[in-house]
Amino acid sequence: MAKDMERPKSLKQVAYYPGCALEGTGHAYNRSTKAVGKALGLDLVEVKDWNCCGAMEVKNIDPQVQTYLSARNLAKTEEMGFDVVMAPCNGCYHNLKKAEYDLAHNRQAVEANARIAGKAGHHAYQPGGVETIHALDWIKRAVGEEELARRTAGKLKGMKIANYYGCMYTRPRHIFPQNDRGGESESSYKPHFMDDLLAAAGAENVDFPLKTACCGGAHAMSDADTSTELVLNILTTAEACGAEVIATECPTCHTSLEIHQLRAEKLLGRKTTVKILYFTQLLGLALGLSQRKVGVQENMADPRGYLKARGLG
Amino acid sequence: MPIHEKTLIRPENLVTHESLVIDGMDVSGHWSTFIKPRTITDYNEAMQEEISALPGGENIHRCWQCGSCTNACTINAVNPEFNPRYWIYLIRQGLEEELLRDKEIIWQCVSCNRCTYACPRDVVPEAVMKATAHWLELKGHTGESPSSVFDRGFTDNVLASGKIEEGHVLRIFFWRTGQPLAPPWLRDLILGLAKKLPVFYLFNLLWTAVFRPRTRDWGKTGAAIEEYVRERHAEQAAALGLSGERRH
Repeated sequence: MAKDMERPKSLKQVAYYPGCALEGTGHAYNRSTKAVGKALGLDLVEVKDWNCCGAMEVKNIDPQVQTYLSARNLAKTEEMGFDVVMAPCNGCYHNLKKAEYDLAHNRQAVEANARIAGKAGHHAYQPGGVETIHALDWIKRAVGEEELARRTAGKLKGMKIANYYGCMYTRPRHIFPQNDRGGESESSYKPHFMDDLLAAAGAENVDFPLKTACCGGAHAMSDADTSTELVLNILTTAEACGAEVIATECPTCHTSLEIHQLRAEKLLGRKTTVKILYFTQLLGLALGLSQRKVGVQENMADPRGYLKARGLG
Repeated sequence: MPIHEKTLIRPENLVTHESLVIDGMDVSGHWSTFIKPRTITDYNEAMQEEISALPGGENIHRCWQCGSCTNACTINAVNPEFNPRYWIYLIRQGLEEELLRDKEIIWQCVSCNRCTYACPRDVVPEAVMKATAHWLELKGHTGESPSSVFDRGFTDNVLASGKIEEGHVLRIFFWRTGQPLAPPWLRDLILGLAKKLPVFYLFNLLWTAVFRPRTRDWGKTGAAIEEYVRERHAEQAAALGLSGERRH
């Protein structure tokens, strides 16, 4: 399996797994990811008949069911003849990676997957068939910083950004075997892929210590007070680090930051002004796309005035 | 004792005396504070085994109490009472009564997996927290937590149609927890957002709320999952000595 993973693949055309959030609250992420892909000459083919990966909820009903749900999407990817699937949502990316790991290491998961897939009438996914990548891997590997720098001509110059990766992009470490290998690989302790891409577009990344802190997204509704406290900590820290913008790469983090930024102001009187934008929105604007094309009007904490002042979109 | 675990010295175990002489030694004033000696007789010897029988609890026996989990914990940083290391200790010792004092907050784990990342023994404390919260519910020590209500509504939606529609999941959650359909702060937020969105996008939102997204080809998948879950939950109920069927 590991050998297969290392074989260089063409990422010009990959299977695309948007997930439920990108059809709802994370719609702007969906829109901007597709727009950036198109602008960079990359092709996304949506996984046929995809289903929910289980998010952060189904595992609490039964972890094996979550593995099955994620594995079904990998099976559907295989049926389309693809060996790479790109998932921009951290939750989806995490769960597909976890299914890959569990099906290679956990007998109970293998049995549950085979049994439910059999009854549902499709082939049971075998580990090693499909490589799951994040939107960050996709742009970094398919395009790279050099090309991105050439195409964006430093459009984000002077923009101070705190890169926020959240929990699910790197933890737990064992389900991301490609990380922490030195060289160009991603670091689970201090991720840098988003920093690299935005720096290539001219942005100035601030030294942000809460890159992989938790926004409380899993309990954004069921334990709203705790979430507000966690988010407020992230927002105020970003501001203290001198950031004007927090760049996100996960719809749960993004929505949670936006909702609780407003909630903190309304209920606690704690106002923060840092803007919250998907990294794909920032890259899209840097590539010369309009604000509407990257869905800025859908962001709750309205960044349109700020972006206009910076000459973007 | 690490400073962040100071909360473990409980007020009811402390005694202060204005003037106290023990064996001829004056220990009054600031120094007259003692942790009461006590004898424990009511161990719940089955507790660790029962929690191990629930999904996620399997590795609890591996813990060697280093405290890396509590030190890394997101929730501990905002509420020092939230202490995974201590709860794992109580479960392994069978100190049920002490565990029950914190029963209303154990469900608050946000699954950030910082503990799992830090744990040198592969206990997977995140999963142990979930198993413990479920154990408390199944044994009737707590009601169903808001988190469990949310998980159940979410999973129902997935099993029925293969995908979720966020608005539907939220409405079910607010309804089942007896909250107004969208609390005031959320309603203001939605209305504020609606004002600046293009009409076609609003139409789209309405469309998905009425014609909820569905995975084509989903067919018998939901029923197959449901059957599997029912079997697992029956096994777990049996391991906990419960006869009634668990809600799933």
